[in-house]
Amino acid sequence: MALLSVKDLTVKFAMRDQSVTALNGISFDLAKGERIGIVGESGAGKSITGFSLMKLISKPGYIDGGQILFDGQDIAQMDEPALREIRGNQMAMIFQDPMVTLNPVLTIGEQMVETLRAHRKVSREEAEQIAIVKLREVYIPSPEERLRQYPHELSGGMRQRIIIAIALLLEPKLIIADEPTTALDVTIQADIMDLMLELCTTNKVSLILITHDLGVVNQMTERTLVMYAGRIIESGRTREIINDPQHPYTQGLINALPQQTVPGQPLKQIPGSMPSLNNIPMGCAFHPRCAYATARCKTEIPSTLRFGAVEVACHEVERLKAGEARANEVGLAKAKADGPATSAESANALADTTGS
Amino acid sequence: MQTETRQPLLKISGLEKRFELDKGYLETLKFRKGRIVSERREVHAVNGVSLAVERGEALCIVGESGCGKSTVARLVAGLLKPSAGQIHYDGQRTDNLSRKALAPVRKKMQMIFQNPYASLNPRMTIQQALEEPVRFHNPRLSRAELKDQVAEVMRSVGVDPSWGYRYPHEFSGGQRQRIAIARSLTVDPEFVIADEPISALDVSIQAQVLNLMLKAKAVRGLTYLFITHDLSVVQHFGTRVAVLYLGSLCELADTATLFSAPKHPYTKALLSAVPQLSDERPNHIRLKGEIPTPINLPKGCPFQSRCAYATSRCSAERPEAIPQSDGSLVACHAVEEGRLD
Repeated sequence: MALLSVKDLTVKFAMRDQSVTALNGISFDLAKGERIGIVGESGAGKSITGFSLMKLISKPGYIDGGQILFDGQDIAQMDEPALREIRGNQMAMIFQDPMVTLNPVLTIGEQMVETLRAHRKVSREEAEQIAIVKLREVYIPSPEERLRQYPHELSGGMRQRIIIAIALLLEPKLIIADEPTTALDVTIQADIMDLMLELCTTNKVSLILITHDLGVVNQMTERTLVMYAGRIIESGRTREIINDPQHPYTQGLINALPQQTVPGQPLKQIPGSMPSLNNIPMGCAFHPRCAYATARCKTEIPSTLRFGAVEVACHEVERLKAGEARANEVGLAKAKADGPATSAESANALADTTGS
Repeated sequence: MQTETRQPLLKISGLEKRFELDKGYLETLKFRKGRIVSERREVHAVNGVSLAVERGEALCIVGESGCGKSTVARLVAGLLKPSAGQIHYDGQRTDNLSRKALAPVRKKMQMIFQNPYASLNPRMTIQQALEEPVRFHNPRLSRAELKDQVAEVMRSVGVDPSWGYRYPHEFSGGQRQRIAIARSLTVDPEFVIADEPISALDVSIQAQVLNLMLKAKAVRGLTYLFITHDLSVVQHFGTRVAVLYLGSLCELADTATLFSAPKHPYTKALLSAVPQLSDERPNHIRLKGEIPTPINLPKGCPFQSRCAYATSRCSAERPEAIPQSDGSLVACHAVEEGRLD
């Protein structure tokens, strides 16, 4: 059985005159010990997904429908006391900014002991001993001293390690990490990624990694969900998604990376930008930016189609696949690589003239 | 590499910038060994950086936070005064000029900042924001000429001139950054200093903005000094790369050379740390520790505390940037002594 099973989750925010839909019927499963990545650009709903899994959506936001089955229990229906048992204890969250996550007026030790004693019947001394063990696990030098220090006395990388140690304190089954390395430098980011990967595999902890960085997802996760405007538009094994993306948005996202283009040549950009939540286009939300959009895309929301292990929500995916197959048959395998590029270029030209 | 012996557009020599930590005399007073002494503490942001930017190139400065890359940009733009060293722009020394004397140079040299949410005045319409620099540098332009010039620049960055009456908050981050780029292009500069211009933007928008900057380079013959921490952008955008660490230059090389044959141990570690899209797991070179504080710099090589090849010479003597056979400059004793091969 899956550790976490999200079914048709919808999250809305009540505005003055209407309510906007931040998550629109997302469904996915997460097995015990599995690591999945949620990617997409700002406004796609990645962070809201992370928050709603812990029911941390506060007013004016609310869960409008769907289930979040964690170990068989529906988190969406739980009250606060029941949630308190789960949060921090069975599910932990790691946020982007390590300075904001830690309380600046409490020492590291106080924060760790507080977390432990809120959930476990342990003495202060025992709690400190557990804290020291966990700090050692995340390779913090001289952990006894760190317990007496305040967050501002530590560097960004060190703080993020301490947050990981706090997340692991109660041995949770699931860690939700929301852009855990975005605020860090590359060399520190690489260290933290190695550390998280090691801890998740040795402790069999499931991980949901929310990030915009496809490189990070590639190195950390087994499966990936790609989100756009509050929906999951493509999901499957990370390797397959990166090597052979099906949805035009995923293709655009990967092709837009500088390393996908010959240096000095124009990048393959996606025209336009992510729609705002109160103005999501009719039909497929991606159609105004999509080079393959047809009349059907403008009116009808695509349902999720399954191709082997990959699920894609796109009307045109079969046509795209057929086009690829034909191109391969006539020996124009090259057309596959150039195809989206030329259409992206014509879209660029369009974007330049319309100034969108 | 450029073989011509033309004068570089920008030449920085021995540039240093120190920021005083203690504001005022009283803060400098410290209690040491039973006596009160006056002791100044300084942040050594930039320590003797020398480099030259040739016309028409895009020199990228990379490094991690705190390495002084933004300080270099601000010093070049004249927003900060260097503590030591010289900056020559087009043969003219600019670091000692008064604000007034600097104005004509500033017209040729524009800056693009990281955060398009902060770099546009929220109370000015786009039209006003774009007209302001043109009017400042060309006070004699008529209203119509002014409008034409601004409209032309707006069109060139893909911003509809009819949006001129709107305010910055009505635009998305990517559009704002294009407007910020437009603002730097309105006075027709020849040199643009871009300080992390795309790091606040999403991937698909990053591509749009980078393309715009490449186009502006081709159409207007711009020269860029591009500050970034994103190495994949450097590989795409830069003609040459300067790697900074703790305010010192580690390595300066052609982009292709740097990525195919990095020499300095720090450059190697930095390149290996970038998350890749390829199948194979990268051999990530782990650096021990973290960047030391730029207050009270260590003697010798700034990288010694994290370097696996550091020797006693590295802790005593600061390495000079030495030209290599492939034209790159590397400041490392281990490379000089051939200990890394």
